[in-house]
Amino acid sequence: MSINWFRYASPATFYPLAGKLVPLFAGGAVILAAIGLYIGLVVAPTDFQQGDAYRIIFLHVPAAWMSMFLYVVMAGWSALALGLNTRLSAMMAQAIAPTGALMTLIALASGAFWGRPTWGTYWAWDARMTSELILLFLYLGVIALRNAIDDPRRADRACGVLALTGVVNIPIIYFSVQWWNTLHQGGTVSFTKAPSMESIMLAGMLIMSFAAWFYAIAAVLARARTIIVERERGAAWIAALPEVRNINA
Amino acid sequence: MITAAATMSPVAADAVWPAIRWAVARDLKLALRSRTELAVQLLFYVIVVSLFPLATSPEKNLLSTMGPGVLWVAALLASLLSLPRLFAADFADATLEQIALSPYPLVALVFGKTVAHWLTTGLPIAALAPLLGLQYAMDGEALIVLTAALAIGTPILSLLGAIGAALTLGLRAGGSLLALLILPLYVPVLIFGAGAVDAARAGLGADANLSLLGAALILATIAAPFAATAAVRIALD
Amino acid sequence: MSAFFAMNGYGFYVWSAYGLAAVAIVVEVLLLRSQRRAVLAQARSTVSAPAPGPLAATE
Repeated sequence: MSINWFRYASPATFYPLAGKLVPLFAGGAVILAAIGLYIGLVVAPTDFQQGDAYRIIFLHVPAAWMSMFLYVVMAGWSALALGLNTRLSAMMAQAIAPTGALMTLIALASGAFWGRPTWGTYWAWDARMTSELILLFLYLGVIALRNAIDDPRRADRACGVLALTGVVNIPIIYFSVQWWNTLHQGGTVSFTKAPSMESIMLAGMLIMSFAAWFYAIAAVLARARTIIVERERGAAWIAALPEVRNINA
Repeated sequence: MITAAATMSPVAADAVWPAIRWAVARDLKLALRSRTELAVQLLFYVIVVSLFPLATSPEKNLLSTMGPGVLWVAALLASLLSLPRLFAADFADATLEQIALSPYPLVALVFGKTVAHWLTTGLPIAALAPLLGLQYAMDGEALIVLTAALAIGTPILSLLGAIGAALTLGLRAGGSLLALLILPLYVPVLIFGAGAVDAARAGLGADANLSLLGAALILATIAAPFAATAAVRIALD
Repeated sequence: MSAFFAMNGYGFYVWSAYGLAAVAIVVEVLLLRSQRRAVLAQARSTVSAPAPGPLAATE
């Protein structure tokens, strides 16, 4: 079966597709989060060294992964938008930034609450926390630039250049833990060697990661739909939408 | 489509070096016409550096620990202050458009402007550093490392700053927005630059930090002008 | 049950972290909803009072 993906490159066809996908991913996120939280907060055994404070890991690590992943995806859409000059790619990049910033905030806040009981401080200027903070500023910069430029097409391209310039920061965050032997624990999950956590903890973390991913997809698609309606306002297909024609839709 | 290839016509390709020379000469000439402005920016740097001991304490150990960081942060701020100068004046009187339309490759011209910016901002800052470092009770070895780090790092500030300056051309909140966009990109330069002195003091040697800075400089020299040029074209459209 | 909330003394930290995250997510969802409503209202008003065409001013 071959799907003509380019069919969905137009906002008019993408909009209903996204509309169907949002509830699917949202529902999936809720289910996965329920399972993941049950594993993380109830089933997984108490950590020998850190006590129950370690349970924040089931929130912190997925949020941190998503914050980096979303930025790379945003940069990818930006590259597409700049290269192919497509509106929808730029709209997707525009839709990702706020959710990415949210994930970064959650990662930073949960990291602070995890740091206080384990290291004794809410904040330490170690490599990974600092890089995550910079990532937050990068997201906020893209959002601020978007708001500062009135012309949407100029904003698309400018934010695209900015996003691509900032993507260099992502490998720095990722590898910062290895480059600097500071407070932050070394990465405990790698793909080549066996993880050093108990597998139940690993399972919980992975499920929560998928939950975060599904949530992000749902949020981004929902925001993209709103962006499409806003930017394509004059189009005939928008006027024909049930939710526009009929207030009760 | 914004690609580097689009800026290079068969005739203009070997005009890269003349283009850079032209842009450097022009921007230097213009900058030196307003020598006061340059002096004021340098003075800003000196004043900011002097503020910290007044606000904290003149205790020697504290100062010498703070010194590299303060000098670096002040360099970042001074760079931010001077960046709008890079494109704004030309943009306001439509000269930038003319420059973009010229047969010279725009990337080369943007690079030349960036070089001129560094010559009038970063270079004086790096040159002043040993003198200001004395205010912070830094010893000879620390001063040498700091100056070297600033000499390698300040061009990076100009190169990255050009991207921000071009992106925020003609925007309302230009200056503060520029700071928000550029400072996160500056942070690795700051960390490695100030860290070089700390590493030297700790006996680990500044080589690693300075090499990383050097690598960052090479990367920035290759990539940043293209991003800045793309941003200039976006602003001009 | 109370042991679950106490988390062996770490309750404050664990529940603050999860609580903040929950609040943040709720805020995002609410913002998404309100932005969508606003944009749809804007689209409706565009439909009912379309922008004047290029010749409108000459009437």
